[in-house]
Amino acid sequence: MISKFILRGLDGRLTAFLIAALAYVVLIAIGNLFIPEGSFLHVPTYAVSLMGKYLCYALLALSVDLVWGFAGVLSLGHGAFFALGGYAMGMYLMRQIGTRGVYADPTLPDFMVFLNYKELPWFWYGFDMFWFAAIMVVLAPATLAFVFGWLAFRSRVTGVYLSIITQAMTFALLLAFFRNDMGFGGNNGLTDFKDILGFDIQSDGTRMGLFAASALALCLGLIICKAVVASKLGKVLVAVRDAESRTRFLGYRVEHYKLFVWTLSAALAGIAGALYVPQVGIINPGEFAPANSIEMVIWVAVGGRGTLYGPILGAILVNGAKTYFTGAIPEIWLFALGALFVGVTLFLPKGVLGLYGMLRQRFEKTRAPRETKRTADPVSQPSEAE
Amino acid sequence: MKAFIRFSIALLSLFFILGTSQGMAAEDPALKEKISALAEGSYSDRAQAIQSVAATGDDRAVPALEALGEGLLFIVKSDKSVVIGLDEGATVETFDPVTGDSLGSVPSGAVDKIKVNNRLRREIRSALGALTLLSDDPKVRLAAAGAIFKSKDSDSIELLDTAIAKETVESVKLAMQEARAAAVLNSSRDMAEKQAAVALMADRGNQSALAVLLNAKGSAEGPLLVDIDNAIAAIEKSLAIWDLAQNAWYGVSLGSVLLLAAIGLAITFGVMGVINMAHGEMVMLGAYTTFVVQDIIRTSMPGIFDYSLLIALPLAFLVSGIVGIIIERGVIRWLYGRPLETLLATWGIALLLQQTVRSIFGPTNREVGTPDFLAGAFKLGELTITYNRLAIVIFSLLVLAVLMLVLRKTSFGLRMRAVTQNRRMANSMGIKTNWVDAMTFGLGSGIAGIAGVALSQIDNVSPNLGQSYIIDSFLVVVFGGVGNLWGTLVGAMTLGVANKFLEPFAGAVLGKIILLVFIILFIQKRPRGMFALKGRAVES
Repeated sequence: MISKFILRGLDGRLTAFLIAALAYVVLIAIGNLFIPEGSFLHVPTYAVSLMGKYLCYALLALSVDLVWGFAGVLSLGHGAFFALGGYAMGMYLMRQIGTRGVYADPTLPDFMVFLNYKELPWFWYGFDMFWFAAIMVVLAPATLAFVFGWLAFRSRVTGVYLSIITQAMTFALLLAFFRNDMGFGGNNGLTDFKDILGFDIQSDGTRMGLFAASALALCLGLIICKAVVASKLGKVLVAVRDAESRTRFLGYRVEHYKLFVWTLSAALAGIAGALYVPQVGIINPGEFAPANSIEMVIWVAVGGRGTLYGPILGAILVNGAKTYFTGAIPEIWLFALGALFVGVTLFLPKGVLGLYGMLRQRFEKTRAPRETKRTADPVSQPSEAE
Repeated sequence: MKAFIRFSIALLSLFFILGTSQGMAAEDPALKEKISALAEGSYSDRAQAIQSVAATGDDRAVPALEALGEGLLFIVKSDKSVVIGLDEGATVETFDPVTGDSLGSVPSGAVDKIKVNNRLRREIRSALGALTLLSDDPKVRLAAAGAIFKSKDSDSIELLDTAIAKETVESVKLAMQEARAAAVLNSSRDMAEKQAAVALMADRGNQSALAVLLNAKGSAEGPLLVDIDNAIAAIEKSLAIWDLAQNAWYGVSLGSVLLLAAIGLAITFGVMGVINMAHGEMVMLGAYTTFVVQDIIRTSMPGIFDYSLLIALPLAFLVSGIVGIIIERGVIRWLYGRPLETLLATWGIALLLQQTVRSIFGPTNREVGTPDFLAGAFKLGELTITYNRLAIVIFSLLVLAVLMLVLRKTSFGLRMRAVTQNRRMANSMGIKTNWVDAMTFGLGSGIAGIAGVALSQIDNVSPNLGQSYIIDSFLVVVFGGVGNLWGTLVGAMTLGVANKFLEPFAGAVLGKIILLVFIILFIQKRPRGMFALKGRAVES
């Protein structure tokens, strides 16, 4: 049944995407590991990590699109789920350091020794095992999302109000994780990781593996999202997005649908965070900053909301531009980002992917003005009303 | 002891400054000569010398006399001059006895300590008393009484008695009596006198009186101990009440800051329903307008610096208001009915404004001065209230009141409310809804600019100023109830006071977290805030 559920989403476009992703990973792997350094085709390891980072962002953007594009829930707090997943992974990586830390304490991470902890706090138990950390990567953000969503959707907090309280949520977590006595390393966060699953985290092979894992996670995430969207559940979600009250009056338990997709989205964001942390080598409370969460939304908006492919494209485009601008002309970056927010919302309401549809529509209109009944846009359109 | 002498020297330089400002000669050879006489002759000669120093009534002789009493006055062998010295083993650090200027270190063999006996010490004490407690300047007398209150020197009791008898200024007299009580409690005087002193301390009822009593408690016994315990309990109780009042004041103060930041948002978000994430940047623009105004005043006409804030207020309103109108006409009007898109677009505008300000004024904090009439503080019982905080509380209420008048009593306010309640009907009645939209947004933004002028007095003026207020102000508006200015007032004050009352128990950060969680939960319970608008508009 599950396979049938999954297969429903597996159309030609998705298959093409998956094959392209596979080819991409294989090419990068060959370029990084087998083509010698100095060759024109060699892909340096830092570039692999950078691309791995973008893929994590893409997965994160996908998770935002799932709730915003299909359920109409604009989350300004997805950074919190991302960071929680990252912290879960970071805790595992901290425990792996063992006696190689500065203070060489076999159980306590360096910062705890520094802060005079006598023993490991209870919530750090189990993180020396990868399987436990892997479960927590999904469970921690999903639990937060479930509780938060259960409260919010049940009392019908919608639209802008929901956006504002998600922002308050991530802000509260930001403040909390900044505290030293929370036991998560305070404002320095978790860093100085040594190895993951026994592999040296700095080595080319591990970096390549993490990149491939990110690509795999993105593909799996896309398959899951696609399946959800293609199912009857997905159709109800779109109905909720476009006319919430009407859907409720038709007898659907709107809050259940929203809660499911909200929790799923948080779990995906958590996975993205977990893959992100070993590739950048640090997780700190800055990831909870409300500004980060808003930036995620713009990736989705740039790529095209409610398309699933768009956010992936948007995340990679925006972050690529960010990497370039902050390196080359840093003063320009915030101008560019600000202009992007304004420009996309005003002129590209359907994002870059929508642009293609819009242009085609216009082109066909001029070519065959009598053919007016045609609806050329296969992309589902977000409604204008909330 | 060294610290004490250093303090005296600092005090001396202070007196010196006071002295010069009163037109006295900077170098006073007569006084110097009298101080030099302290080192010479027999004990009785020197006793006379001390009396003659006291007879000058010159405060600047105080450190020299104190040093003599403590055995820190030295005579330099080479030129027979008198210096204050700090013995540091092999060397002696020397200071001028009158001006307190450092004269450098000399080997300890080069100076002789001026010896004193008990008779001289008595003379010195009464001379000091005459110079300080009996000084002509009430400020000096008050300071002397305060010093004895701190030192609880039981030898000064007689002097205090003399001083109290002569004292004419009521507040100084009170301070002297308190100093005397503290000294009595520290002396070996009889029970009745000590009990009277305890009663006096209980009347004073502040932190330092409590410290004096706690100190005296150790050596007390019998009825005196009972008295002291009662007095301590009474003081602690009154201090707890003052503590409460202090927290309440801080809370109101924070609440007024929140109110100022949120009040413009209550218009743009509350009345128009526009999610303006650039609201904080409007506040920032107001603060930078203040900076620019002050900068121009400083360079061209420093005389009117005290009025800089008054000049900045209308300018900030105009700057932020015009920027707001441009934003509304340029961006927001295309996005009506799409609140989430509005949110994103205004966030983009916020980034643009921040970066623009950063490019023009630089990323660092800018100094905004405080006019003289806002500097300083006054004491209300045990509360210390700074004038600028008080001004902000009053100002925020004033802005709220004016805004309410505009909304309720002017024709613009009427049109604004009409457009809010039923846009198409208002349009049909001939109201230019586009124009009203732009003006309303301009009004909200302008008020944010005014808030910026006020907040520049208590916060850092940097490009990130707005960011620190945006989340708080949204929470205030949502908590208070959208579309309701009273709700904004109550919301801001509730959050401010709650925050300050949580701080002592939970710490500043945890207190804030608790509040955020509380608001998140509160919105679940009442999704439209404390004072929600009722009616059909709610379900739109």
